[in-house]
Amino acid sequence: MARLIRTEKEIEGRYTEQWILVEEDTLDQWPAGPLDEVGRPASRIDGRQRATGDARYTADVQLPGILHAAVLRSPHARARVARLDLQPAREAPGVRGALGPLAEEANYHGQAIAAVAADTIAQAQAAVELIDVDWEPLEPLLDPDEAVRQGALVSQRESERGDVERGFEEADVVVEAEYRTQTVLHNSMETHQAVTDWETDDRLTVYISTQAIWEVREAIAEHYGLPPDHVRVVCRFMGGGFGAKNGPGDYTYIAADLARETGRPVKCALTRREENLDSGNRNATIQRLRAGARADGTLTALEGEFVNATGWDGWLSSTGGPMEMLYACENVRIVERGAKLNTAPMKAFRAPGFVEGTFGLECLMDELAARLDLDPLELRQRNHSDDDAVDGRPFSSKKLVECYRRAQPHWERRDEVRARSEGPWRHGIGMASQIWYGGGGPPSYAWVRVGADARAAVLTAMQDIGTGTATAMAQIAAEELGLPLDRIDVSLGDSARGPYAVTSAGSSTVPSMGPAVRAAAADAAHQILEIAAQRFDVELRVLSLQGGRIVSADGGSWPLEEITGLLESGQILGKGSRGPNPAGMRILTFGVQVAEVSVDVETGEVRVGRVVAIHDVGRVINPLGASSQVEGGIIQGLGHTLSEERLLDPRSGGVLTQTLDSYRMPTIADMPEIVTDLVDAPDEHLTNLGSKGLGEPPIVPTAAAIANAIRDATGADVRSLPITRDEMLRALREARERTPERVGAPAA
Amino acid sequence: MFELLVNGQRHDVDAPVGTSLAHVLREQLGLTGTKVACNEGHCGACTVQVDGVPILSCLTLVHTVSGQAVTTIEGLRDHPLVDAFVRSDALQCGFCTPGQIVSAAALVAANPSPSREEIRHGMAGNICRCGTYPKIEEAILSWQG
Repeated sequence: MARLIRTEKEIEGRYTEQWILVEEDTLDQWPAGPLDEVGRPASRIDGRQRATGDARYTADVQLPGILHAAVLRSPHARARVARLDLQPAREAPGVRGALGPLAEEANYHGQAIAAVAADTIAQAQAAVELIDVDWEPLEPLLDPDEAVRQGALVSQRESERGDVERGFEEADVVVEAEYRTQTVLHNSMETHQAVTDWETDDRLTVYISTQAIWEVREAIAEHYGLPPDHVRVVCRFMGGGFGAKNGPGDYTYIAADLARETGRPVKCALTRREENLDSGNRNATIQRLRAGARADGTLTALEGEFVNATGWDGWLSSTGGPMEMLYACENVRIVERGAKLNTAPMKAFRAPGFVEGTFGLECLMDELAARLDLDPLELRQRNHSDDDAVDGRPFSSKKLVECYRRAQPHWERRDEVRARSEGPWRHGIGMASQIWYGGGGPPSYAWVRVGADARAAVLTAMQDIGTGTATAMAQIAAEELGLPLDRIDVSLGDSARGPYAVTSAGSSTVPSMGPAVRAAAADAAHQILEIAAQRFDVELRVLSLQGGRIVSADGGSWPLEEITGLLESGQILGKGSRGPNPAGMRILTFGVQVAEVSVDVETGEVRVGRVVAIHDVGRVINPLGASSQVEGGIIQGLGHTLSEERLLDPRSGGVLTQTLDSYRMPTIADMPEIVTDLVDAPDEHLTNLGSKGLGEPPIVPTAAAIANAIRDATGADVRSLPITRDEMLRALREARERTPERVGAPAA
Repeated sequence: MFELLVNGQRHDVDAPVGTSLAHVLREQLGLTGTKVACNEGHCGACTVQVDGVPILSCLTLVHTVSGQAVTTIEGLRDHPLVDAFVRSDALQCGFCTPGQIVSAAALVAANPSPSREEIRHGMAGNICRCGTYPKIEEAILSWQG
């Protein structure tokens, strides 16, 4: 029977309450450990399609009569559009339509102001150059601290528990430091893009590179006043998102408006340079932090003032979250401010806020350990939080202590590694802890269809953004149906071909979709067994599905086709939904990373040799895909730590890094050795699977682990990302002035 | 009108001077396996081979390769590297993957058993934002099965 219940939903730390409809979900969790399909390494079910280039991305969509849009973007960080004349562009060869001005004032470099649709992209780009526009440049606001002084805020959050002043009075040691993190860009390999096709006046199909099929459908339907079912959103394959593709974006509206004007399908695809101007970013932060502790290491107070350089628009990602949540500390005060600046709006980027905040907090913890002369791992263990530090709720599961235990042998190599230092090269090991969300939640639905050929199809309108979720869903369905993996198909990526599915954000796809797929498969399996019980005249309770057969505990066994084959064109249809999260519990992911680095104290070069990643994300569905997620997170974290930075001209606010040679992402040559160790214990309170998400946790602690390894190697406190040679040499100079014997004089 | 030889097939191509090879492959010949990710020669996604040498098709003017043998990912469908990439999970979103495999195929053609160091040198021009590098290295080390 369906029940209506009120439940708490969380995505990337933002909680809302909502009503959901729940079917009875009576499935017990599977036992821990590898099963027939779940828990075993599986290569991607769509791997060959992607590898051979057969996979069709939005970039590959071709429609009859398609037009290509190009966009005029503001060259100024802030300027009034005094006059804009589209006529010269409209008269250019191949041009079929034009739009603009899209705004009266541009508020960041790269903001879309006008657009043109033409037969070819070259014609559209040439025509954009002909748009006659008079700009009236205005003074941009670029400095986050100045924005805070002026009260120019996107939003602000303050919270305090306990008595922070008293906490600092009780401390034997207080450390205080300012940390800064830079603006980084997602730079997915497939740029933001959409193809829009009005099939009738009130029916629109949108092909789009998105993480959020249903959010796009909702937003487009609302914008154009259409019934949501008249908007079809298709994203079969997509070339990366990392948080920047959680909604339609103005390129989609530009394409749809031009398509309506011209009566033809229109594609609007950002160029790589546009991608670097206006597709979202991980905002820069300034973190002014203070920690107090007793001599034994017990934290007595934590305090943080955080300024996020949010940009012209966006939301306040919680940079203070790790400080509030990671450790048992009674007295914590957080102030977070999002500065409204004349820079491109931020968007979620793989654990938004927590990547930045963990860098500050976990570096501060190591500085505290140094002052207390305590082992940094020991300091963290002493302040372990058994219940949620914010409101005392129990965790649905938490295996951070086990992560620390597994980190121990890697951590113990410290003295040996440091002793290998020779000449200008100093070696060291550092660590950092990880806390983040990842529990997922309802609503999410799936259907499972079994045909006469005894193959099964999972149907759900979710998206696989590259994480391998389609393969995980196939493994779950295969396990429940007792079928080998190669007899499962997964149909996804089309709002017209399956029920509602969760956005692929907040590490929520597997924990939200997995239980729904299992429930749908169980529904189908139950129907098959009921038919089999009648057909073979055996009791239902002795029957099960195993290895593609219907198996009786009494010894009988029949190929699945003997039942499904009776149906001819008929089908067994199962449906399933994601149940609620456990009431009154906090669902989080945890982990530890241990990094090994080498620093050349003469040149400031930093090399990361090894990262050990130990994470607790509940049950692991696919260990192979999971290790890929961990490696990908760490490699992105490596870029964040050492080389990536969107640079602005400090006077004009113009973006200087618009190409992939100036915006430097890691290559295969920069790759450290990565060791993945997942605890793989099902969360017994969470759903019929016990799985949490893994997309984001691995990037959270990487920067701090590397910075702490640098301190171990050299005694220098790096406090600003990226750790360029300039920053490394600055930190070394500062450390040398403080303790000359520890760092040693460079040879030169 | 000029002749282009792609994956062993001859095509008569008509394109304005200044057109890139990537554009003709994708828009005229329907060979969309070749991806364009930056369109200015910085990322390697559009890599194809010309007479066995990996080149960036977004920067290569199509008229300059007339008469030479162009090999795209569609011409490497049966190369053991395809299976090796899938087996090793050396792809995530997959957008850079065809370019990675085309580069890797040129690498192993010249050097069937490359060392880790040689793989890193040979593949450093192909960016993967998902960070599949450890698995790419594994795939190339084990490409012969």
